[in-house]
Amino acid sequence: MNRLLALWQSTIGKKVAMAATGIVLVLFLISHMISNVLVFENPQHLDDYGAWLRSFGPLLWVARAGLLAAVVVHILAAWQLTQLSHAARPTNYNRHTLRVSTYAARTMRWGGVLVLVFIVFHILHLTLGWVHPDFVEGAVSRNLKSGLAVKPVAVFYAVAMVFLGLHLSHGVWSVFQTLGLNHPAWNRGRRVLAIGLAVLVAGGLLTIPLAALLGLL
Amino acid sequence: MHLDAKVPGGPLEEKWDRHKKDLRLVSPANKRKFDVIIVGSGLAGASAAASLAELGYNVSCFCFQDSPRRAHSIAAQGGINAAKNYQNDGDSAWRLFHDTIKGGDFRSREGNVYRLAQVSANIIDQCVAQGVPFAREYGGLLANRSFGGAQVSRTFYARGQTGQQLLIGAYQALERQIGKGTVTMYSRHEMLELVVVNGRARGIVARDLVSGAIESFAAHTVVLGTGGYGNVFYLSTNAKGCNVTAAYRAYKKGAGFANPCFTQIHPTCIPVSGEYQSKLTLMSESLRNDGRVWVPKRAGDDRVPSQIPEAERDYYLERKYPSYGNLAPRDITSRAAKEVCDDGLGVGPGGRGVFLDFSRAIERLGEDTIRERYGNLFEMYERITNDNPYRTPMRIYPAVHYTMGGLWVDYNLMSNLPGLHVIGEANFSDHGANRLGASALMQGLADGYFILPYTIGDYLAGAKLEAVDTSHQAFREAELHASTRLDRLLGIDGTRSVDSFHKELGHILWEKCGMARDRAGLEEALRRIPELREEFWENVKVPGSAETLNQSLEKAGRVADFLEFGELMCADALVREESCGGHFRTEYQTEDGEALRNDEQFAHAAVWEYQGPGQAPARHIEPLTFEFVKLATRSYK
Amino acid sequence: MSSMKLTLKVWRQAGPNAPGALHTYVTTADEHMSFLEMLDVVNEELLGRGEEPIAFDHDCREGICGSCALMINGSPHGPRKATTACQLHMRSFKDGDTVTIEPWRASAFPVLRDLVVDRTAFDRIIAAGGFISAPTGAAQDGNAIPISKEDSDLAMDAAQCIGCGACVAACPNASAMLFTAAKVSHLGRLPQGQPERDRRVLAMVQQMDAEGFGNCTNYGECQEACPKEISVENIARMNRDLVRATLTDRGEAHAGAGAG
Ligand SMILES: Cc1cc2nc3c(=O)[nH]c(=O)nc-3n(C[C@H](O)[C@H](O)[C@H](O)COP(=O)(O)OP(=O)(O)OC[C@H]3O[C@@H](n4cnc5c(N)ncnc54)[C@H](O)[C@@H]3O)c2cc1C
Ligand code: HEM
Ligand code: HEM
Ligand code: SF4
Ligand code: F3S
Ligand code: FES
Repeated sequence: MNRLLALWQSTIGKKVAMAATGIVLVLFLISHMISNVLVFENPQHLDDYGAWLRSFGPLLWVARAGLLAAVVVHILAAWQLTQLSHAARPTNYNRHTLRVSTYAARTMRWGGVLVLVFIVFHILHLTLGWVHPDFVEGAVSRNLKSGLAVKPVAVFYAVAMVFLGLHLSHGVWSVFQTLGLNHPAWNRGRRVLAIGLAVLVAGGLLTIPLAALLGLL
Repeated sequence: MHLDAKVPGGPLEEKWDRHKKDLRLVSPANKRKFDVIIVGSGLAGASAAASLAELGYNVSCFCFQDSPRRAHSIAAQGGINAAKNYQNDGDSAWRLFHDTIKGGDFRSREGNVYRLAQVSANIIDQCVAQGVPFAREYGGLLANRSFGGAQVSRTFYARGQTGQQLLIGAYQALERQIGKGTVTMYSRHEMLELVVVNGRARGIVARDLVSGAIESFAAHTVVLGTGGYGNVFYLSTNAKGCNVTAAYRAYKKGAGFANPCFTQIHPTCIPVSGEYQSKLTLMSESLRNDGRVWVPKRAGDDRVPSQIPEAERDYYLERKYPSYGNLAPRDITSRAAKEVCDDGLGVGPGGRGVFLDFSRAIERLGEDTIRERYGNLFEMYERITNDNPYRTPMRIYPAVHYTMGGLWVDYNLMSNLPGLHVIGEANFSDHGANRLGASALMQGLADGYFILPYTIGDYLAGAKLEAVDTSHQAFREAELHASTRLDRLLGIDGTRSVDSFHKELGHILWEKCGMARDRAGLEEALRRIPELREEFWENVKVPGSAETLNQSLEKAGRVADFLEFGELMCADALVREESCGGHFRTEYQTEDGEALRNDEQFAHAAVWEYQGPGQAPARHIEPLTFEFVKLATRSYK
Repeated sequence: MSSMKLTLKVWRQAGPNAPGALHTYVTTADEHMSFLEMLDVVNEELLGRGEEPIAFDHDCREGICGSCALMINGSPHGPRKATTACQLHMRSFKDGDTVTIEPWRASAFPVLRDLVVDRTAFDRIIAAGGFISAPTGAAQDGNAIPISKEDSDLAMDAAQCIGCGACVAACPNASAMLFTAAKVSHLGRLPQGQPERDRRVLAMVQQMDAEGFGNCTNYGECQEACPKEISVENIARMNRDLVRATLTDRGEAHAGAGAG
C-alpha cells in the first residue's frame, strides 16, 4: 500500500494511476457498448441484461463502487497533473507552433470534462431517472427509447460520444507510453489498437443516439 | 624568474612511479581542511574537481557558461588517444610518447610526455566505468581509428562527439560531488583577478555574470583549467567565450607565460563564407582517414569537381608525403593547403579552399559505412554549406584551433607562482610546437584525473599556509582593480564596437602571426597592435551597466586582454628564429619548404615574465634536454 | 549571395524581475549567415544607435554545447529538424518574413535577461542521480565488460542530449521528461549503470518534480523539437523503470536517493 502511495507521490505515478483507471473504464465501456447495441437486435435483450445486472444485488453495487472509484481517481489525478502543468508555464508564448501533437491529445482535458458531465447526467438520466421525462424502473430499453426521443438529449449523447472517441484515441495509445509498454517492433500497433478501440467503443455507442435522432430506434 | 621543471631523474619508464612514491600525502582527516579553487569545468577542470572532491578536499569550481557541461571541451569531435594496443598493431607507451614528442617537433619535456603516455590507458578505463559510450565492435569490445601523425590505431571515439561524451562523463562525476556538497559550483562566474598573498596564489576575484557583483573567493591553492586562447584570432574553431583572461591575469601577477606563439592551425575546417562570419567550424581530422585531399592542377579550373578527371587533379598530400599521405600532421597539412591556395589553385569563393573527397571511400566501403563513421559530420557540413558531401567533395581550409602555448608549469603542474596549478590546454606542457590529433582530450583528463590529485597533495602537505580569508587587503585591492577596469570600459563611450576591434586584431594576427610568419610581418604587427589597443581604450563603445547581465561588457574585458596578449605572441614569434611545428618562420625552411629547426639556439621553452604596465616583458628560458629520444628532423615523407 | 529583408519581433526584458515585451526590429540578412550571425548583425546595428544589444546565450555555435536557446516563430531552435539555433542558417527564411524570437518559457527556467534563461534545474536533476558512481582510479580494464554494439549505440543515442531545454520549451506542459529520460536511458542501457539503476530513476524523477516542471501527457512535441532527435521511447522506458523501482524498492533507494 505505501508503495502505491509512493507511486502516487510522483507525477509519473499519478499518470500510471490514470492509465490503470483508464483501462478499467475502457473495459467497462466495451461491455457497456456491447450490451447497449443489443437494443437494435431486440429491445428485450437489453432489458434482460438490465435485469441480469440487478440480479447480482449487492455485487452490482460493488462493481458500481469500483467504477465510481476508478472515475474519481482518474479525474483526481487528471486534475492535479493539469494544475502542475499550468503552474509549470505561467507566462505563455506569443507564438507557439505545435507540430505533431494530435487534436485528440490537446482535447484530453476539456474532452474529459465533457465526458464527466455526460456521465453524471447519464446516471441521473438512465439509471436514476431523475432527469428523465417518464422513467420506469427496470424498463431499460423503454427508458432508453423515450429518453433519447428528446432531441437535445440525443444530440448531447452523440456529441459526448465523439469526444469520448477522441479521448480514447489518444488515451489508449498513451496508456502504453505511460506504462512503458513500448518496443519499436510494435509501436505502430499501439496507434492502430488505440484508434481501433476508440472507433469500436465510442462508434458503437454513438450508433444509439444517432439511431434515435434518425427515428430508427 | 625561477624555472625548476622538477622532472625526477632515473629511467623514463620509472620517473612517474618513483615521483609518486616521494610525493607527500595529506591525511584523509586533513583534506577537508583544505580549500581548493578550480577555475574551469572542461575536461581538465571537471575531472580535477570531481577527483579532488572524491579525495575529500573542499572544492569550489567556476565556469562562465550557465552549466559546467557546456565547457568548450564539449566540442571535441574526433577522439582520444590511449596506448592500449587493443589492435595489437605494436602500440605502446613508448610509441605514443615518441609520436607525441616528435609530433611536437621536439619542443616539449620528455618526462611529462612519457607520463602522459603512461596514464593514457587508465583514462579509457575510467571513462568506460563512468558510462562513456565509446564506439564498439560487434564483439562488444572497444573500437579504434587512426589519427594524424601516427601509424597505429589508438584513437578511441564516440561517433563524432568524443569530447561531448568524455565531458559529460566528467560533468556527471562533478555533479555527483555537487550533490554531495563536496563541490560548490559557481556557473556564470568569470574570474577577473588572481589573488596573491605573501607570494602564493590564495584566491580569485570573480564577477557574477548575472548580478554583476564582484566577489572574492579565498583558498589554499588555485587551479586554472581555463582552456586555450585561440580566440585571439577572432575567427577560430573555439567557442565564442574562450578567452585568455584568466591565464593573462595570472601572468600579470607573476606567472610565467610559455611559448605564446605556438598556436595550431587545423587543416580541415569549413572555409569562411562572408564578412559576418563569427566562428569557424571544424571538420574532424578523422575525416582524413577516408577522405582524399586534392586541388585541380590548372589554376582557375572552375568545373564541378566530378567533371575534373583524375589526371587533372593534384592529390598533393599523397604526392608530397607518400608514407603518411592524407594523414600527415596538422601543421604540415595546413601549410600545404596554404601553399596550393597561394599558388592560385584554391577552390571555392575567394579561392581559399581545397577539396576533401570521399568518392573513392564510398566506392570502396559503401555509403552506409561512411555514414556510420562520419554521419553527423556530413550532416553538419551540409547544414552549414548546403552541399551534400556524399555527392560532391567537401571544401576545407585551415583555421586556428588549438594553442600549445600557455602558463608555464613544472612536472607537478604548478606554475612558477607557488600555489597556482595550471591544467589542460591552459598550460604549455605536453604538446611542444604542435599537438597531434586526439591528444588534448588525453592531456586534459590525464592532468585532472591522474596527475593533479597526486601533486596537489604534495604542495598542500609541504607548504606552511597561514590562514587567509577574503577580508585580507589583497582581496580588497584585487576587487578594486577589477571594478575600476570595468567602469573604465563602460566610461569610454566611444563609437566602435568591441567586435570590430576584435576582428581587426584577429586579422592582423592571422596575416602576420598565423600559418607562416616572418620578421617584417611580425614587426609590423608589433607596431599595429599597440595602436589598435590605444584606439580601443579611447574609442570603444560598451553599453549598459556593470550591475546587470551585460554580454558587451564581458566581451570588452576579454578583448582588452587579447589586445595585450596578441603583442606577447608576436614578440615570442619574433625572437624564435627557427621554424618548428605550428611556428613556421618563412626565413627558416629547407629547400623543399619544410620547417627548419634550430636546436642549438632554440631547444627550449620561452617563458615570458610580466614587467609592469608599458614595460617590455622579460624572456626566460627552460632548456629542453633529450636523454631518451634523439632530435631528428621530422619527416613524414 | 542573396540577401533578405526581415522584421524581427524580439522579447526584451531588462532583468529577472523587470517587465518584458516584444520589440520590433528591421534588418537585412544574407542566406549563408547562421541565425546567430544574423542576431550579431542586429546587435551591431543596435549598438550603432546607442541601444543595448539583445542578450542571448551561445558559445560553441556548432550545435553541441547546448547554450543557444531561442524560440523562433513558436518552435524551439526554429523550423529546421534536428538543428540548433546556432546551426540554423538564414536560407531557411525568405525575404519579407517576420520572425518572432522569444526565450524558453517555464517556471523552472526563469528569464534572466532578454532571451537568456536560467537552466540550472537541469544540473540539479543530474546531481540528484544522473551519474554512475565510479570514483577516479577504481576502474577495471575498459574491455573487461564487453557491451553489445546495439546497447552501446542505443546508449549513445540517448547520451547525445545537449541539455538545451528545447524539449521543455516545446512541451505544452513544460515537462522535462525527455531530458530526464535521455539520461536515465543512457546510463540504464549500460552494464555499468545497473547497480544504481533504481535509485537513479527515483532520485532524478523526484528532483524533476521538485523543480516544478510540468507532467507529460504524451504530446510528442519534445521529440520533434529535440536537436538531437532523442526519442520519446526513452520516456516510456523511464516510466517503466520508475514503476519497477517504486514497487520493488526496499526503502534504501529512496533513503539514499540524491545523496548518490
Ligand atoms: C572544434 C574542436 C575540436 C576538437 N577536437 C579534439 C579532438 O578530437 N581530440 C582532442 O584531443 N582534442 C580536440 N580538441 C581540443 C580539445 O577539445 C581542447 O583542447 C580541450 O578540450 C581543452 O579542455 P580544457 O578543459 O583545458 O579547457 P575547456 O574545455 O576550454 O574549458 C575551459 C573552462 O574554463 C572556463 N573558463 C575559461 N575562462 C574563464 C574565466 N575567465 N573565468 C571562469 N571560467 C573560465 C570555461 O567556462 C570552461 O569551463 C578540439 C578543439 C576544438 C575547438
Ligand atoms: C450513447 C451512449 C450510451 C448509452 C446509450 C448508454 C446506455 C445506458 C443504459 C441504457 C443504462 C442503464 C442500464 C441499466 O440501468 O441497467 C446505462 C447505465 C450506465 N451507463 Fe451508459 N450508456 C452510454 C454511454 C455511457 C458512457 C460513455 C459511460 C461512462 C463511461 C456510461 C456509464 C454508465 C454507467 C456507469 C451506468 C450505470 C450502470 C449501472 O447500472 O451500474 N454510459 N447506460
Ligand atoms: C469514460 C471514461 C473515461 C475513460 C475510459 C478514460 C480513459 C483514459 C485513458 C485510457 C487515458 C490515458 C491515460 C494515460 O495517459 O496513460 C486517459 C487520460 C486522461 N483522461 Fe480519461 N478517461 C475517461 C474519463 C475521463 C474524465 C471524466 C476526465 C476528466 C474530467 C478524463 C481526463 C483525462 C485526462 C486529462 C487524461 C490525460 C491525458 C493523458 O495523460 O494522455 N478522463 N483517460
Ligand atoms: S532532450 Fe533534446 S531537447 Fe531536451 S535537452 Fe536534450 S537535446 Fe535538448
Ligand atoms: S511534449 Fe511534453 S507531454 Fe510529454 S511527450 Fe514530450 S514531454
Ligand atoms: S551555441 Fe552551442 S549549441 Fe548552439
